[in-house]
Amino acid sequence: MKRKGRYGPFGGFYVPEVLIPALEEIEAAFERFRDDAAFVRDLDLLYKDYAGRPTPLYLAGRFSEIVGFSVYLKREDLLHGGAHKINNTLGQGLLARFMGKIKLIAETGAGQHGLATAIVGALFGMETKVFMGRTDVERQNVNVHKMKLMGAEVIPVEGGTGTLKDAINEALRYWTAHIEDTFYLFGTAAGPHPYPMIVRHFQEPIGREARRQCLEKIGRLPDLAVACVGGGSNAIGLFSAFLEDKDVRIVGVEGGGRGLDTHQHCATLVKGSVGVLHGCRSYLLQDENGQIYETECISAGLDYPGVGPEHAYLKDSGRAEYVSVSDEEVLDVFDLFCKTEGIIPALESSHALAWLLKQKGRLPKETAVVVNLSGRGDKDAGIVESHRPLAARMP
Amino acid sequence: MTGYHETFGRLKRTALIPFFVIGDPTYEQSLELVKTALDAGADILELGIPFSDPIADGPTIQKADLRSLAAGMTPAKALQFIGEIAAFQPVPIGLLVYYNLIVQYGTERFCRDFKEAGGTSILVADLSIDDADEMIPAVEAAGLETVFMITPNTPEERIDAIAAKTTGFLYTVSRLGTTGERNDLSDSIRPLIARIKRHTNKPICVGFGISSAEHARQVANAGADGVIIGSRIVKCIEENLCTPERIAPAAGRFIAGIKAALEAAPSGG
Repeated sequence: MKRKGRYGPFGGFYVPEVLIPALEEIEAAFERFRDDAAFVRDLDLLYKDYAGRPTPLYLAGRFSEIVGFSVYLKREDLLHGGAHKINNTLGQGLLARFMGKIKLIAETGAGQHGLATAIVGALFGMETKVFMGRTDVERQNVNVHKMKLMGAEVIPVEGGTGTLKDAINEALRYWTAHIEDTFYLFGTAAGPHPYPMIVRHFQEPIGREARRQCLEKIGRLPDLAVACVGGGSNAIGLFSAFLEDKDVRIVGVEGGGRGLDTHQHCATLVKGSVGVLHGCRSYLLQDENGQIYETECISAGLDYPGVGPEHAYLKDSGRAEYVSVSDEEVLDVFDLFCKTEGIIPALESSHALAWLLKQKGRLPKETAVVVNLSGRGDKDAGIVESHRPLAARMP
Repeated sequence: MTGYHETFGRLKRTALIPFFVIGDPTYEQSLELVKTALDAGADILELGIPFSDPIADGPTIQKADLRSLAAGMTPAKALQFIGEIAAFQPVPIGLLVYYNLIVQYGTERFCRDFKEAGGTSILVADLSIDDADEMIPAVEAAGLETVFMITPNTPEERIDAIAAKTTGFLYTVSRLGTTGERNDLSDSIRPLIARIKRHTNKPICVGFGISSAEHARQVANAGADGVIIGSRIVKCIEENLCTPERIAPAAGRFIAGIKAALEAAPSGG
């Protein structure tokens, strides 16, 4: 029997039988179209003229001065929709179109993937349903509104703590009943095969561009590649280009939430153990019986108790290291970064910046870092305000 | 403990297979409920261990899982529960479980302990034949039987592959989707059973969405060897949470009604 979609012992295909034909159909279509001339041409054009690729690599001068080494931002925050998510939704949306599917469903946490799916649904004229946990609907109401503006139906999910995990559960359930005409546009490089492979493929431009831009701008490869990790799609997009460059240190930063000694975090690789959830074997946050924990983290986009199987493999093989930062550290760097760079970083991306801030004085000044600024933080202004009201901070 | 082969062979009609989430709403009430089901004529039991993220289940079973978990159910306690049922009455017991619970318990140890408790077969909701080889040796070593699902969208050649891995029975569903009641039983059930029978002579049991004696009769008439009823019975719990003493009688009446319908229907298989 085939053992597809494996990253060492991780990954796989652990889904109810009813989903197997649909996953095999998507896998076959992906293999057929990924290098198809018309598909590649259409996607490149969309990346360039619609989404805004390539994104710049920008030396964050004042932030670099503060930390004492050079920090280059991969500006995925400048993409249409405000995050790297559009890379994947354009790719999968186009794949759905080439397959002749007319309806899209998606799960979303922060709303960025939901928004990027709504954008593609409108662009291709496909009926779009976005499943979103009740808690996330409330804390990301701006994105909910934008999705609706673009004609998507947002379906609040009541189960669990109403976050990404629950949205995925419900999207999978819906898909089992509507598999014939509906394409499940999965948002991160996790889930059952072929999603980790497909999502990685469509996020690879991040790393490919960044690597080339490094060579052009600094004349060499970076010393470090850093990205935040929830499910891990922006991170695998960046890391994928550097995996063979053994001198490039690779660091993924997870959500440490209110502390790793609590259950209020989503540091799956740092604190989790191996198990099977949502179709793949990977690290999970779970109790000793295998029941999955509800996670909690200031950044809705990282709030997931699993992680992509390739990250699990990169951790165990030692090729990448995974660390975490706390909500407080994230809020600190968010504030600092806005004021020093004039860029509002997404709370997700702020995790990567927070880890860099902690490296102040620990890395030689010649160090060049590429960090994925995976999204912009306008959507998070309200959350930051609720934790640290501006009025209370003004002199 | 008794095997499926013997049970299906002995019955001259479609087997009645109620499903329960172990420990819903509490261990003791669940035990009473399952015993009542046996008294009401259940031929085989399908029991589920609750999981935090049951992606194959609709809202009714999801809530049952949460009730049971909130009342403290664990895989170890579930195995103890199965032992108590097997001691009460010898009956084939199929287990429906999500894979992570087995992985964390330890696959070999789980299979051994389940067999020892009196279990007959394991159906892992999120383990298809593609990855089943990582579990089948442990299932066989323990002397358990395998149950796999066939759905209306399963391709022809895959039916053969699934049947080849199945030693217990084939679990098929009336239509696409999760567990849960349906008002109409899809017309596809008769052709689906006929389609499966062209490939294999393994017993076929039908579940998902069977919520009345009329449905059960239709499934029996379509030639199924067993009919699995889950959400409709779990509803008896949900509807009587404030009056738990009514749960077992309500479920017992419902199950007895199904049993009567199956006994009146022409023989299955």
